[in-house]
Amino acid sequence: MKIGVFVCLCGSNIAATVDTERVAEIARSYPDVVFSKAEMYACSEPGQEAIREAIVEKGLEGVVVASCSPRMHETTFRRAVERAGVNRYMFEMANIREHVSWVSLDREVNTRKAAELVRAAVEKLRLNRHLTPSKFEINKRVMVIGGGVAGIQAALDMADGGLKVVMVEREPSVGGKMAKLDKTFPTVDCSACILGPKMVDLAQHPNITLHAFSEIEDVAGYVGNFAVTVRRKTPYVDWERCTGCGLCMEKCPSRKSPDVFNEGLKPTTSINIPFPQAIPKKATINPDTCIMLTKGKCGSCAKICPTGAVDFEKQDELVTEEVGAIIAATGYDVFDHAKYEEYGGGRIPDVITSMQYERMLNASGPTSGHVKRPSDGKEPKKVVFVQCVGSRDPSKGRPYCSGFCCMYTAKQAILTKDHIPDAEVYTFYIDVRAPSKMYEEFYNRARDEYGVRYLRGRPSRIYQDGDKVVVRSVDTLLQAQVEVEADLVVLAVGGEHSRGASELAEKLRISADQNGFFMESHPKLRPVETNTAGVFLAGACQGLKDIPTAVAQGTAAAAKALVLLSRDMLEADPQVARVNQSRCIGCAKCVGVCPFQAIRMGKDRWGNPKAEVVETMCQGCGVCNVACMDKAIQLDHFTDDQILAEVNALCREWT
Amino acid sequence: MSGMDVKELRIIGFLCNWCSYGGADSAGVARYKQPTDMRIIRLPCTGRMDPLFVLKALLGGADGVLVSGCHPFDCHYTSGNFYARRRLQVLKSYLPVLGIHEDRFEYTWVSASEAAKWQSVVTAFTDRIHELGPAPRLLELEDMPLRFKEGMDIWPS
Repeated sequence: MKIGVFVCLCGSNIAATVDTERVAEIARSYPDVVFSKAEMYACSEPGQEAIREAIVEKGLEGVVVASCSPRMHETTFRRAVERAGVNRYMFEMANIREHVSWVSLDREVNTRKAAELVRAAVEKLRLNRHLTPSKFEINKRVMVIGGGVAGIQAALDMADGGLKVVMVEREPSVGGKMAKLDKTFPTVDCSACILGPKMVDLAQHPNITLHAFSEIEDVAGYVGNFAVTVRRKTPYVDWERCTGCGLCMEKCPSRKSPDVFNEGLKPTTSINIPFPQAIPKKATINPDTCIMLTKGKCGSCAKICPTGAVDFEKQDELVTEEVGAIIAATGYDVFDHAKYEEYGGGRIPDVITSMQYERMLNASGPTSGHVKRPSDGKEPKKVVFVQCVGSRDPSKGRPYCSGFCCMYTAKQAILTKDHIPDAEVYTFYIDVRAPSKMYEEFYNRARDEYGVRYLRGRPSRIYQDGDKVVVRSVDTLLQAQVEVEADLVVLAVGGEHSRGASELAEKLRISADQNGFFMESHPKLRPVETNTAGVFLAGACQGLKDIPTAVAQGTAAAAKALVLLSRDMLEADPQVARVNQSRCIGCAKCVGVCPFQAIRMGKDRWGNPKAEVVETMCQGCGVCNVACMDKAIQLDHFTDDQILAEVNALCREWT
Repeated sequence: MSGMDVKELRIIGFLCNWCSYGGADSAGVARYKQPTDMRIIRLPCTGRMDPLFVLKALLGGADGVLVSGCHPFDCHYTSGNFYARRRLQVLKSYLPVLGIHEDRFEYTWVSASEAAKWQSVVTAFTDRIHELGPAPRLLELEDMPLRFKEGMDIWPS
C-alpha cells in the first residue's frame, strides 16, 4: 500500500507548538509511507487540492491527515480523497490540534506526541479496507415532540413542505409557555393573538396529526425508520365525542384542582378545558381530585354531557407511529423559587413569580386582567421586580443566564404602569442584557418613558412586615444598603430544563449538557442537529431562548428534516459488524447483546446456525465484536486488528 | 501537575467517540493545559472495548491505560457503557493476578461537555501513573503479534 501523510499547520494553531515539518519528516520513515508534506490549511481548497494532486501523482492508496479532531473534519477529508478516486474509508486522521497543540506548550514533547499519533494512524490505515455504503428506503413522516411555539412552527413548515407530521404534546393543549403570556416584548403585542392562529392552522392542517395529552413511551429504529410508541394518557373523556362546550365545567362540584395553566393562582374544576383557546378544545378529568374517581360517587359531568363523552373506565392507549425523523421541541420549565429561602421560599403570599404575574395581567386570566395582591385582593401601589432568580447563580445550581428575564421584566414593568398609572415600579438587577433587535431601545423606554426605577444589586432578603413585603438589598452603584417596602414582589424566575428531559434524551439516544439541555451536534455550525442521525432540536430544549429565536430554530429544524427526507434513499454507514461464517459457531451471544436487534440467526447451506447482521439496522457500536468468543464477528473499520495496530504503534519505544 | 515536569510515561486512553473523545476535544478547544503522556485511541463506543486491548497495552509497554465513555444512561448506543462497566470491572479485579498493579488501569465517564472534568481526569490519572513509575515490561513488542493476524484474514483483500 502507498500511503501519503499530510501534516496541517492550521495557521499557527498547530504550528505554534508542534514542529509540523519535523512530523512530516519522521512520518516518511513509517511503513508504507511514500509521501509526506506539511500543509498550511489542509481543509482549505488549496489543501484539499494538494491531497488530490498527491494521490494522482504518487498513486496513493491511502491518506493520513494529521490536523484537528475527526469530529470536525473527517467527512471533509473523506470526500476529498474520494474525489481523487480513493475509497473514502482508506483515510485516517490524527488529532494533533485538540489533543496535542492546544493542551501543552512544550514544542519538543508535542512534536514527538504528534509523530506518535501519526504512526498509530498509519498502522491502522494499513489494515483498512474499501467499504461501500448500502442504500435503504426512508419513511417520509416526521414526529415533533412538544407543541410549544417552536414545535408548532416546525410542524407547520414541514406540513406546508409536503411532509406528514405527527405532533406529540404532553399537556391537554398545545401552545406551551407562549400561550400563557399576556404580551410579548419588545412590541407589546398580544401573545394569544399571534399564537392562536398558528394553533388553529396546526389543528386544521391536513398533513398534521396531533396527539395531545400524550407522552413518548419508547423510540426504536434509526434515521429514516423510527418506530415511536406514544402513550395516549386517558383524559377519562372520549375526545372523539367531546365538543368542548364546557357544560361539564359548570356542573362539576369539585373545584379544588390546581390550575396548571393559571400557575396555581386559582383552583379549578376537576373536569376542565385548560383555557378558552385550547387546541384541541377537549375536556380532561384530573383523577386526583375527581370525586367519582377517588370516592366512586358524583358523575355530574357524565349526566350533563350532551354527547355522553365522559368515560370513567377509559384507559391509556399505546399507539406506534412510524417516522423518518424526529424533532425534539420540549421547551423548558420555570425555575422553582422555593429554593430561595431568603426570598420567603414561596411562603409569602405577595411574593409571586413572573409567570403568575403574567397570568394576572392577562384578560382571560384568573383576575380578568386586574393586578391584585394575592393576600387581600387590593391593587398594589408599589411593585418590586427581582431579577436573576434562578439565573446566574451557581449556588442554586443555575450558573447560566436565562436570557429572557431582563426583557420580560421590562415588559411587565411597563404593563404595570399601564394597568396602574400611579404605581411605583422598582427593578433590582445585576446586569441588564438586551442584545436583540429593538431590545435595548425597549429597556430604555421602560426607564425613561415609564419611569421604572432600576436598582443594581441582588436582594439579600425578602420578608413580610405587616401588610408590606420588604426587599432588602445593596445598591452597588451607590454602595449603600436599600430597603423597599413593597405591596407586591414579582420574582423574575429563570428557566431550567424541562422535567423528564433526561428520560427523553435517553429514549432518543441524544445527550444533554451539564445544565440538562439537549446538546446540539456543533454549537456554531450544526445548531439544530444532534449526534443521533435523524433527530433534530428546536426551541428552548436546546438552551433557553426567547420567542423569535425559538421560532427561527423551529423553522431551521424543519428545514433540516425536509433536507433529510427530500431523498428517497439514504446511505447506510458501512462501518457495521460483519460475520465470518466459517468461524461462527452459532452461539447467538451477539444476538443477545445487540441493542438494535440488528443480528439474527440464519443458517448456512448445511443448516448450521450462523449469525447474520442486518446492515441497515447495525449502528456500529461493536458490542457484539467483544461478546463473540471466537471473534467471528468484527466491526468494520474498528476491527480487533486495527485497534491493536494502534496499541502496538503507541507502545513502541521512543528515544 | 507533576506529570508535566518529568519524563513522559506511556499512557493509552481509549475514548468513546460520542462522549469522552468530544470531552477531550472540548478541553483542547478551551485550552485546558494537561500532562502530555496520554495518547488517545478513538473507539465508536466503550462497548467496543475488549478487555484484551487493555492487557495487550499493559503487557506491551504501556504504563497506564484509561478507558472513558458516556455516563450511565447517556450512551449513544443505549447500553454500550453498561457492557463496558461490567467487563472492565472484572478486568480490574483480575489485573493483580497477572502481576499488573490494578491502579495502572482505570475507567471513567466523561461527557462531551465536561472539558474541565476531562482535564482533571487526565491530570489525576497521569499523576497516579507517575507515582507508580514505569511498568515492568512483561512482553517484548516483537513477540506480540496482532491478536488474530494469522488465519484471521476474514476478508481476503
